[in-house]
Amino acid sequence: MSVTLRPKSRTPRHVDVDMTTTLGSFVAPDPVFTASGCAAAGRELATYNDLSLIGGIVTKSIKLHATAGRATPRMAETPSGMLNSIGLQGPGVDVFISRDLAWLEEHDVRAVVSIAGTSVEDYGKLASKLRGKALSMIEVNISCPNVEDRGQVFACDPVAAADVITAVRRSSTPGVPIFAKLSPDVTDIVAIATACVEAGATGLSLINTTLGMVIDTSTMRPLLAGMTGGLSGPAIRPMALRCVWQVHAALPDIPLMGVGGIRTGLDAFQFILAGASAIQVGTVIFNDPGAPQRVSQELREVLVSRGLSNVAEAVGLAHRPRQDPPAPTVSEGPPVTTPPLADRDDRSDASNSSDIEAASFDDDLEVLMFNDAEDA
Amino acid sequence: MPVQVKGEVLNVKPVGGYYSMTVVASGIAERTKPGQFIAVAVGGDDGAMLLRRAFSIYSVRETGVYGGTVEFIFAVTGKGTAWLSRQRPYDPIDVVGPLGRPFALPREPANCVLVGGGYGSAPLFLLADALRTRGCRVDAVLGASTGDRMFGALDAKRMAASVAFTTDDGSYGERGRVSDVLPDVIDRVHADVIYACGPMPMLEAVQRVAGAAYGGAGIPTQLAVEESMACGIGVCMTCVLPVVGSDGNTRMVRSCVDGPVFAGDRIRWDALGTVPADAVGASS
Repeated sequence: MSVTLRPKSRTPRHVDVDMTTTLGSFVAPDPVFTASGCAAAGRELATYNDLSLIGGIVTKSIKLHATAGRATPRMAETPSGMLNSIGLQGPGVDVFISRDLAWLEEHDVRAVVSIAGTSVEDYGKLASKLRGKALSMIEVNISCPNVEDRGQVFACDPVAAADVITAVRRSSTPGVPIFAKLSPDVTDIVAIATACVEAGATGLSLINTTLGMVIDTSTMRPLLAGMTGGLSGPAIRPMALRCVWQVHAALPDIPLMGVGGIRTGLDAFQFILAGASAIQVGTVIFNDPGAPQRVSQELREVLVSRGLSNVAEAVGLAHRPRQDPPAPTVSEGPPVTTPPLADRDDRSDASNSSDIEAASFDDDLEVLMFNDAEDA
Repeated sequence: MPVQVKGEVLNVKPVGGYYSMTVVASGIAERTKPGQFIAVAVGGDDGAMLLRRAFSIYSVRETGVYGGTVEFIFAVTGKGTAWLSRQRPYDPIDVVGPLGRPFALPREPANCVLVGGGYGSAPLFLLADALRTRGCRVDAVLGASTGDRMFGALDAKRMAASVAFTTDDGSYGERGRVSDVLPDVIDRVHADVIYACGPMPMLEAVQRVAGAAYGGAGIPTQLAVEESMACGIGVCMTCVLPVVGSDGNTRMVRSCVDGPVFAGDRIRWDALGTVPADAVGASS
């Protein structure tokens, strides 16, 4: 019978990888989170994942008051991605706290609460409401139109972005990590990132969706009721990776969360190499509701296969100068510090290594390596 | 509780203008209730189509040579369903289910009229079994644009005390719509409840007929809606429609987890595709 239930356990036995990652004062036991808007408030995904094992749930951006969202159609599938124009439908922060945040706490799921507003004051009030609540972090969704500035999106203006972060910092529980989630639809993302950090952001989540459009060729009108929508999924992964790379290069001490089309452990690894301390799985959850836990397990295997014993030492590794001694790579065979792979029985020393047991992978690793070579 | 299963295709076969696919997916069959659906990943683990396709469950087999199986009906309408139609026995397929709220069943034996449009009739056969087990009388009205788009005519004749067929072009049964013949069926069988699944305009017409039945006294309906979905599991918020709650307030609710079956008189038919101004949280 070839039918197996997910989540399939693919963790190699006896392999010790420290998946801990540090996001300001929040030390997460795992670097994989869900992305805001792709996991609701977590509850629905508990059927498909052990949510206490991943880093946490980044909840759907919550506003001060109940929001019905936009008209339908709200969604269009696009090549390796999708467009959405939901309009931040949600119950409002009070119901969120009493119902959703309480559920997450009760089930030992770490909560990163995403907040969204249409004025600087909204964001400050939201932060006040969340003061002292059971949450690990606040993520500030600044890709929202500012009603006080003719609908200009906060994330596209360094001053407006900084104003929001200042307001959130001032009203939040002292010391709580605050991450600003940035839009890629800007000329200079480093300028926005710097403004947020100077205003008190602990770190940055990179990136939010990028604006896109689909036209229905039957009706000859925009397909989405909202005309334009946010493009997400693997289609934007290279763009997200570029943003993480640029911001890490400019602000190497600032923790980053990489977001954008992450589908596999190798995708997550690219973001970590580019400088992300943690990653978020988003749109891919719609394809595979078990993706958060799967990506975490795959990432663990990726780290092991490269002889890395913890996440932290991989963060930003791709930025090292070329003349440095090469980091361990799989394609050239495991270095001496790496446990040899069980299926590489062509290695003469494989049979007498005490590490063999530590490297008893299932067959999937070979596939993993092959994919990596293709991706490279 | 739904499960995510890495199953495999048992068979795919053309049925009239549609396809039937049976997948081996243990854990889904024994949990399925009539009206629930599955969400099927298309294009493979590495493919460019990320969104699952949702299909009503047509039949299930809990045990057998192959373990639990689930059968669903689909029409090739795009790249995803074209991919499905090309799958062959033993091909892997990722299925999540059973999803959604099933049809509510009457507590006492009742006269039930089941209305299906196109392959929207697919979930009505599990429902008919469940109703007949409870001692209900089942009559059916099936409609389609043309005869080859009529799904389950033989099944319907077997399970129902009577079946009326309609097609837009008159190529099978009466020329017209299901809502044209439904009033007579209601009166003839003294219907207590109407169950329906099919395109939204058909459901709206069924609800209009049901509301006018018995001189305006009306008759309860259980309607399985077809809204476009992205995830099927309640996290994406794309499949919403305006529905009146028990408190009298309209909310944009998810058809995947709050539906797909709704009491027809709760749906704001006048406001489909919009957010009515009196909905909770509507921007004023």
